[in-house]
Amino acid sequence: MSEQIKVPTMAELLAEGKVPEVLFWVGCAGSFDDRAKKITKAFVRIMNKAGIEFAVLGTEESCTGDPAKRAGNEFLFQMQAAMNIQVLNGYEIKKIVTTCPHCFNTIKNEYPELGGNYEVLHHTELINSLLEEGRITVESGKFEGRSVTYHDACYLGRSNGIYEVPRSLLKALDIEIKEMTNNRQRGMCCGAGGAQMFKEAEKGNEEVNVARTREALAQKTDFIATGCPFCNTMMTDGVKFHEKEGTVKVLDLAEMIAQAAELE
Amino acid sequence: MISSIIFILILAAAVGLFYRSARTIRRNIFLGREYDSETSTSEKWKTMLRVAFGQSKMGKKPVAALMHLFVYVGFILINIEVLEIIIDGIFGTHRFFSSLLGQVYFVAINFFEILAVLVIVGVVIFWIRRVALRVPRFWKPEMKGWPTMDALNILYIEVILMGALLVMNAADQSLMNMNSEDLVAAGLSKYDIGMNGTFYVSALISKFLGSDPQLLFYIERTAWWFHIIGILAFLNYLPFSKHFHIILAFPNTYYADLKPFGEWDNMASVKKEVDLMMDPDADPYASGAEEEEEETQTFGAKDVTDLNWKQLMDAYTCTECGRCTAVCPANQTGKLLSPRKVMMDTRDRLDEVGKNLDRTGTIEDGKALIRDYIRPEELWACTTCNACVEECPVMINPVSIITDLRRYLVMEESAPPQELNSVFTNIENNGAPWQFAQADRLNWSKE
Ligand code: SF4
Ligand code: SF4
Repeated sequence: MSEQIKVPTMAELLAEGKVPEVLFWVGCAGSFDDRAKKITKAFVRIMNKAGIEFAVLGTEESCTGDPAKRAGNEFLFQMQAAMNIQVLNGYEIKKIVTTCPHCFNTIKNEYPELGGNYEVLHHTELINSLLEEGRITVESGKFEGRSVTYHDACYLGRSNGIYEVPRSLLKALDIEIKEMTNNRQRGMCCGAGGAQMFKEAEKGNEEVNVARTREALAQKTDFIATGCPFCNTMMTDGVKFHEKEGTVKVLDLAEMIAQAAELE
Repeated sequence: MISSIIFILILAAAVGLFYRSARTIRRNIFLGREYDSETSTSEKWKTMLRVAFGQSKMGKKPVAALMHLFVYVGFILINIEVLEIIIDGIFGTHRFFSSLLGQVYFVAINFFEILAVLVIVGVVIFWIRRVALRVPRFWKPEMKGWPTMDALNILYIEVILMGALLVMNAADQSLMNMNSEDLVAAGLSKYDIGMNGTFYVSALISKFLGSDPQLLFYIERTAWWFHIIGILAFLNYLPFSKHFHIILAFPNTYYADLKPFGEWDNMASVKKEVDLMMDPDADPYASGAEEEEEETQTFGAKDVTDLNWKQLMDAYTCTECGRCTAVCPANQTGKLLSPRKVMMDTRDRLDEVGKNLDRTGTIEDGKALIRDYIRPEELWACTTCNACVEECPVMINPVSIITDLRRYLVMEESAPPQELNSVFTNIENNGAPWQFAQADRLNWSKE
């Protein structure tokens, strides 16, 4: 790795009397899952490079409650929401960025009614504005001659109407984009949502991620790009199932940008 | 005179019967809990005009969309001709609008006849798609029996009605174009509307009907009565059919929830309890009376009466097209879950509850929507991906029902799948769905 990453916590900044531009909500996957941690770090490198003053909650962060809510445990969800909102409001947070579409959706759409009002960004939105403002630049040659297909995350796409921002990151990379037949509004789920990630699937013919990965592999691209740590896991497992890990790599958009910006 | 009286009696009976059925459905829908979409009135109108009137969500399947447009426009406009039939029936007139419109009348009827042909084309193609090509979404398990028969009935009825309309016009124009003396001689002076003209489509049928005025008269009258009685019968078939969507599509899109699909309601009853836990100083009896009423509500839904009235209206609006099921990732990979079945089950159970109410005065019959209709195995297969919600042409939301049923299983029965119980415990104890300590949450930054 090029250089040590800098990850200040809110508590540290407060002690120094500083206020960050934006709070980076890391999320459970981003904090604990080995694959997702790489995405977290790639995004941190991008923010470090762009000189963004951000902070994380660190050990004060807790699950947003999304899996509980989708699974029907509204009590647990609202308990989590209330605790998180107390912490966030305590630090007078105004702006939040997160690499997880589930955290994004929950904090952006469901926290306001419970007393948590923040401007919430998905990391692809923040990276996109950094590119537009020239705060980071990417080497155009890095992905030249390669191809990619983008898998829409349900909680970014259909649930929140964000389809084009992630694609505009790919456009910045000078890589050939091949769309799956089912893309955008008709993009098929990876199979992780609604707390499915944490349980065995019900009886059926096959796993959802196997079916979705087949659609992605049909495009015969070098990369499958995702914007969600759970989609990433599901698609990676799917590629393994089809025994294609030698030819296709599943990467988060932040990782692709970090690579092209020579940060990895 | 006698025929006017018979007509009025039939019309009154048909309208009265329809009113009764529609009122029952309305009553059933309002067995549901409160619902408020928080959408402004102008936004509601716009949505209804765009989605129901303008068919904006049909376009994703171009062939089906075009054929549906034929049938839809045909039926709306041909109703103008039905209005004339009703006026003629009541007052014993013949082609009442012709005296008002003059030659324009022929233009209008020719236009309707073209629409009638397009309706037939649309229906035939629908039939081919469903029966000959067997488009898979029409042959899922929940379509066995009545639902498939219902779908085919509608197609057959539409062809028969349009056919009767054209035969009626065919015989009638032969009579209208006879000279006045011949009509008077045959005792059919009513058919002399004082103008000549051609209805070009039905003229093709006229050739086969001959020129005997008496025979033409009987054909015209038979087709006329057949057509109007057919329409009134069809009207009374609607409340028992998926075809009821031609009415409910309008209010259902009007009242649709326009929030992002990812934004689910925060249950108010839960919020109250959480607020108390977070703030021990809060006065639990602050708004006493209201509170007690809420207390008796179950969390989530066990039966249809635990759903809100919009969810129940969704169920009656569903046209069983199966677009939702066709895009459902769980269904595509062979799981039991089918969002269409969720809607059909909700409607069938609500019908049953309504019948209980009529028969015994109570909704209780020892059954419920959960388990007797929808199995937990179906509910737990949903990834909440919202593909079904996105796809539905009449803005039905199957996920909201799935969620309310899950809420009941979790919060009232504590019966989620075992793995989810551990997820809940982990979130509660460690603040993450996995068994990692919250104290380790920042370790990644040092690795
Ligand atoms: S939200 Fe659930 S029911 Fe609807 S399409 Fe997705 S998995 Fe199927
Ligand atoms: S819910 Fe909507 S998409 Fe699904 S069958 Fe009913 S009308 Fe069709």
